[in-house]
Amino acid sequence: MLTLELFTAIFIAVMGAGTPLVLAATGELVSERAGVLNLGVEGMMLVGAAVAFAVTAETGSAVAGVAAGMGAGMALSLIFGFLTLTCLANQVATGLALTIFGVGASASIGASYTGAALVVTSAFKIPYLGDVPVFGELLFSLEPLTYLSLLMAVAVWYFLMRSRPGLVLRAVGDAPESAHATGFPVIAIRYLAVLFGGAMAGIAGAYLSVFYTPVWVENMTAGRGWIAVALVVFATWQVPRMLAGAYLFGGVTIVQFHIQSANLGITTQFLSMLPYAATIIVLVIISSNAMKVRLHTPAALAKPFHADD
Amino acid sequence: MIIQLKRLAVFLGAALLLVAGSALADDKLKVGFVYFSPIGDTGWTAEHDKGRKIMETNLAGKVEAKVVENVAYGPDALRVIRQLAADGNNLVFTTSFGFMDQTLEVAKLFPKAKFMHLDGYKSDANMATYSLRYYEPSYLAGMVAASMSKTDTLGYVSSFPLPAVLQIINGFTLGAQSVKPGIKVKVIEVNSWYDPGREREATEALYAQGIDVVAHVTDSTAPTLAAEKAGKYIVGFHSDRAKFGPKSQLTAIIPVWGGFYTKVAKSVLDGSWTNAPVWAPMAEGVLDLAAIGSMVPADVASLVMTRAGEIKNGTFHPFQGPIKDQKGVLRVKAGESIPDKDLYGMNWYVEGVEATLPE
Repeated sequence: MLTLELFTAIFIAVMGAGTPLVLAATGELVSERAGVLNLGVEGMMLVGAAVAFAVTAETGSAVAGVAAGMGAGMALSLIFGFLTLTCLANQVATGLALTIFGVGASASIGASYTGAALVVTSAFKIPYLGDVPVFGELLFSLEPLTYLSLLMAVAVWYFLMRSRPGLVLRAVGDAPESAHATGFPVIAIRYLAVLFGGAMAGIAGAYLSVFYTPVWVENMTAGRGWIAVALVVFATWQVPRMLAGAYLFGGVTIVQFHIQSANLGITTQFLSMLPYAATIIVLVIISSNAMKVRLHTPAALAKPFHADD
Repeated sequence: MIIQLKRLAVFLGAALLLVAGSALADDKLKVGFVYFSPIGDTGWTAEHDKGRKIMETNLAGKVEAKVVENVAYGPDALRVIRQLAADGNNLVFTTSFGFMDQTLEVAKLFPKAKFMHLDGYKSDANMATYSLRYYEPSYLAGMVAASMSKTDTLGYVSSFPLPAVLQIINGFTLGAQSVKPGIKVKVIEVNSWYDPGREREATEALYAQGIDVVAHVTDSTAPTLAAEKAGKYIVGFHSDRAKFGPKSQLTAIIPVWGGFYTKVAKSVLDGSWTNAPVWAPMAEGVLDLAAIGSMVPADVASLVMTRAGEIKNGTFHPFQGPIKDQKGVLRVKAGESIPDKDLYGMNWYVEGVEATLPE
């Protein structure tokens, strides 16, 4: 029986579960559109989560915490950028190394906070609008970072598909030689894209450790960084599909708990697998047009670029 | 001359102290502790480490503890346990089910050392298992939960359908039904002992169903935080987390390891240690309920305390018949209580638990 109250609760939970994926995947999408495959999302998220938790715990300010988490994500992505863009190291190997580094670095940053929890702040509500019955609760009482994630996704879509600088960024990801010949600073643009990816991954981590589950636990991102990377690829580098995939994943994650409590006799292991299976199947089906996939794939993805001039 | 004498005296004194010190060190029992996670503030490993510290205080001068935290299962565990034994730790506690095979392997290599493995089922001449009867405090917690619920259903965030977990959920359900006959318990499994994200999501899902009291058999603070945020009630597990849920934590089921670790270390010191499996009840002080919250009426709290007394003095068994399972089959006859071997291998839910067990 789906009452309005239950629907509202599920909707809010789904938005919450989808938020870290939207944040991290939006950043990774920009980075990949510029031709840089950064597999270090999980590591950047973890370091962002640890730093954000530590700063929030020390200063009492969630805003300072999120800013610090973002900075930490950017710092890590800068290392990645230096190695792959300046030193022309292999992107896949460097990204994997970044994740391994992030796991260890976040554990040592968070060591003295293990198992600690932040005092819960009262639920956020947009003034006036949040008090409107039904829709007020449904649309205007989500976490601030959930609104930010949606705003960023729309902004990135507009930037990439409707603006001139976005066209340049895509050109850098598709044909860096041509972009370079036309006079665009390929490496600088890729640095900016990588930094943006780091910032978003850092915010995604901060969301997890400061808002979603305000505790610090080693490996608390629990693979969400990898899911974000997978979402970008399965969504064929398109923002609307990425959004759909993130909320589908979040949605199935939440709904399977409700299915469990309804006790329909389905084993929990099967239900735990559902979010992954459903997301992959749906995204593969909507991306089954090979022609269109090629159209949207950044042609120079993961290929190092060196300007010989 | 006098100065030289003084120096000699100081030197002799220091030498004497050193000799005395090393003599003492020889008598000391070295005790190793192997934890699978970092120690942290609250939760499973934090409670074991509190127990370790109490043991060191109780047996000051007689024991010396060494702790290795965050040990991965498998080859890492083997290396760590073997190193502890090789370093002369003649008593080693391995505090996670996942260390079972490695503990056994090292126990065979170091026959003089004693090994205590938590919650497992393998033992040897110098290796014993130890577990706690969590179902006793969970029965009491069920009484508190049912008394505070305004609905006819309680919620449980579960980890895995293992016998030890089923004992806890069944005990909780029977305790709840002793206060409110017919009350049901909905179970959601998160397939993990420690996953704050999933624990939060499962707790919120139960609250969204209209349930107002949730308990959990997982290790993080996430369910308590979710309860506090939702303005609902929670029964905590492993640690007293009242500071994170001042308005929401009704009580918590907590292990108290200090006395137990002291007792085992003493038994090794005086040579009375045996490899008999330990399944310690509340009466031995190894388990407790965290202070019952101020939102719980005094008459409920006193009812629970009376029952706690009866459990401790053996006049009441939480699994006292008649007990039916989910399918209505009579599992424990009226006037009888469940034998330990049936309880230990429990693979069924009592009537009133709404969950499906894998076939």
